[in-house]
Amino acid sequence: MPGHEWKRGAAAIVGAADMVSPTGELDGTPRAIETAVIGEALAGAGLTIADVDGVASCVGGLFMPSVELAEYLGIQARWTDSTQIGGSSFEAHVEHAAAAIQLGLAEVVVVSYVSLPRSTAKRGGRGFSGAAGQADAAAAGVVAPRLEWEMPFGMQSPVGAYALAASRHQALYGTTSEQLAQIAVDTRSWAALNPKARYRDPLSVDDVLASPMVASPLHRFDCCLVTDGAGALVLTSAERARDLAATPAYVLGAATAHSHQMISQMPDLTVTAGSVSGPKAFELAGVSVAEVDVAELYDSFTITVLLALEDLGFCPKGEGGPFVADGKLGPGGSFPAQTSGGGLSYTHPGMFGMFLLVEAARQIQGAAGPRQVPEVDVAVAHGVGGVLSATSTVVLGTEATL
Amino acid sequence: MTRPTQLESTEAGPYWEATRARQFVLPWCTTCERPFWYPRAACPGCLGSGIEWRQASGRGTVYAVSVQHNAALPEFKDRVPYAVALVELDEGVRFMTNIVNVDPLAVAIGQRVHLTWEPIEDGRAVAVFEPEQEDSSGTDL
Repeated sequence: MPGHEWKRGAAAIVGAADMVSPTGELDGTPRAIETAVIGEALAGAGLTIADVDGVASCVGGLFMPSVELAEYLGIQARWTDSTQIGGSSFEAHVEHAAAAIQLGLAEVVVVSYVSLPRSTAKRGGRGFSGAAGQADAAAAGVVAPRLEWEMPFGMQSPVGAYALAASRHQALYGTTSEQLAQIAVDTRSWAALNPKARYRDPLSVDDVLASPMVASPLHRFDCCLVTDGAGALVLTSAERARDLAATPAYVLGAATAHSHQMISQMPDLTVTAGSVSGPKAFELAGVSVAEVDVAELYDSFTITVLLALEDLGFCPKGEGGPFVADGKLGPGGSFPAQTSGGGLSYTHPGMFGMFLLVEAARQIQGAAGPRQVPEVDVAVAHGVGGVLSATSTVVLGTEATL
Repeated sequence: MTRPTQLESTEAGPYWEATRARQFVLPWCTTCERPFWYPRAACPGCLGSGIEWRQASGRGTVYAVSVQHNAALPEFKDRVPYAVALVELDEGVRFMTNIVNVDPLAVAIGQRVHLTWEPIEDGRAVAVFEPEQEDSSGTDL
C-alpha cells in the first residue's frame, strides 16, 4: 500500500529489564515477578503504567495471554499481541509493535515474559506446561502430530531434534564437536562478566566434550540451562522517545518466518527459517551483516547458534564451524555474540528470546556494564522457537544509524 | 521392550489398520501423484482430498540420526542408548523412527535401511528400521 512502507527507526526500545538470579530461582508468584520487571523497564524509560496503551505477552494466561496481563496491570489496551511462536515470540512482538507504533495504532507498548520452571519443578510441578487435555483430545481422534509420529520413538525433546540437525550438519560439512563446544566456551566467558548469570566458572572445550552425552552429538554443556527468569521491554515512537531521558534503541528492521513445527517436517535440517527472516530484517534495516557490532543469537543449543550464523549471512552455509573455532564470539573477539552469557550460561526459562532483546537494547544504550562492547551502533537479536521451527530477527541501532 | 501408548488420529486410521496386517502404506495425493507424510485430511501440496493409501517399499536412507543417552520417557529406559533417526523413504518422504538390531553408535547418515515391525499389544505395529544386510557399514553384529 503506497505510503505505508516500513520506516526504519520509527519506533524504539526505551526500557529493558531482566529479573534473573545466579541461584536459577526467583521468589514470588509469576504475576508478582512480572509486575516488578515491567515496573523496572518502565522506570528505566521514564514512563509509568498509565502511559501504556499496548501490550504483548505469550505466557501466563491459559487462553488470552496479553488480555489477561493487561487486566492484571490495569491497562486499557488499544493494541494487543498474544503471538506464541516459542522462543522467538518476543522478537515477533517487537516487530509487530514497531509496525503498530509507526501506524499510530499504539504509542507505548509493553512486551513481557515470566517463567519459573526451576522452582516450579522443585515444588512437584511439571516445569514447562504440559499436554493438558491430550487424553480427551485423543479420545476424539484429534492427536497432536508430534505425539503420534515422533513421541513414540523416544526422541528427547527438544534436545533430540537439535541433535538430529547437528548430526546432519556434521555429516554434510565436517563440523566438529570441538567447534560446537567453542560456542559454549565463549558464551561462558561472557557469563563470567554477568553477576546475574547461573554459571560463571571458566569452561574449556575439553570440559564440554567430557560432559555427559545427552543426544549425540550434543553433550550436556551444548545444552541450555533450565532456570527461572523474567524480562520486559518498553517500546515507543521515535518522536516520544526523544522526550525521554532513556537512550533509545531504534528498531531498524525486523522479520519473522517459520518452516515447520516438528523436526521430522523440517525441509532441510541444516537451513532454518532464519535464512528468510534474517536477510529480510537486514534489508528493512538498511544495514549489511558486516555492520553488525554485536549479535545476540538464540543459544538453546550450540548448534542453534551455528545455524543462525550461517542463515543470517555472517558466514557461508557450512562454514559455521571454522567461523567460530578461533573464539571470535567471546569477550575481546572480533564477533561478540551472546554477551549476556546466553541461554547456555546465564538463564533459560524456556523461551530465551526476551533476554536477547534486553541485552541487545542494553548494548545499544551503552548500559551493558562490564560486558559492554565498545562503539556499538548496530545490534541484532535473533530468536528461534520450537525445534528450529520459527525465527524472528530484530535489528536495533543507535541514533547515529538513522 | 515397551513404548508409550500409540495414539491414533482419525486421518491416520488406514495407516494403523494396515499395520495389523504388517502392511506399510503411505497416503498419496491422486492429483499431485506423490506421497506425503504425515497423514492429513488433504494433500499439503494442493489441499486436494483425493487420497489413496499405497503400499510403500519400506526401504530408505538415514537422513539424520541421534543416539539418545537418556530415556525420553520411562517406557524407553530399557533401550538406552538407542538411535532415533529420520529416514528418507525411497518414495521421497521423511519418517521419524528408530534404527534397531544394530549398535546404535554405529548408525550413520547415508546408510541404507529397511523396515521391520515392532508389534503393539493391540495388534497394530510400529515401523522401525534396521540396516540392509548387504550394507556392512555401521553394523557390527
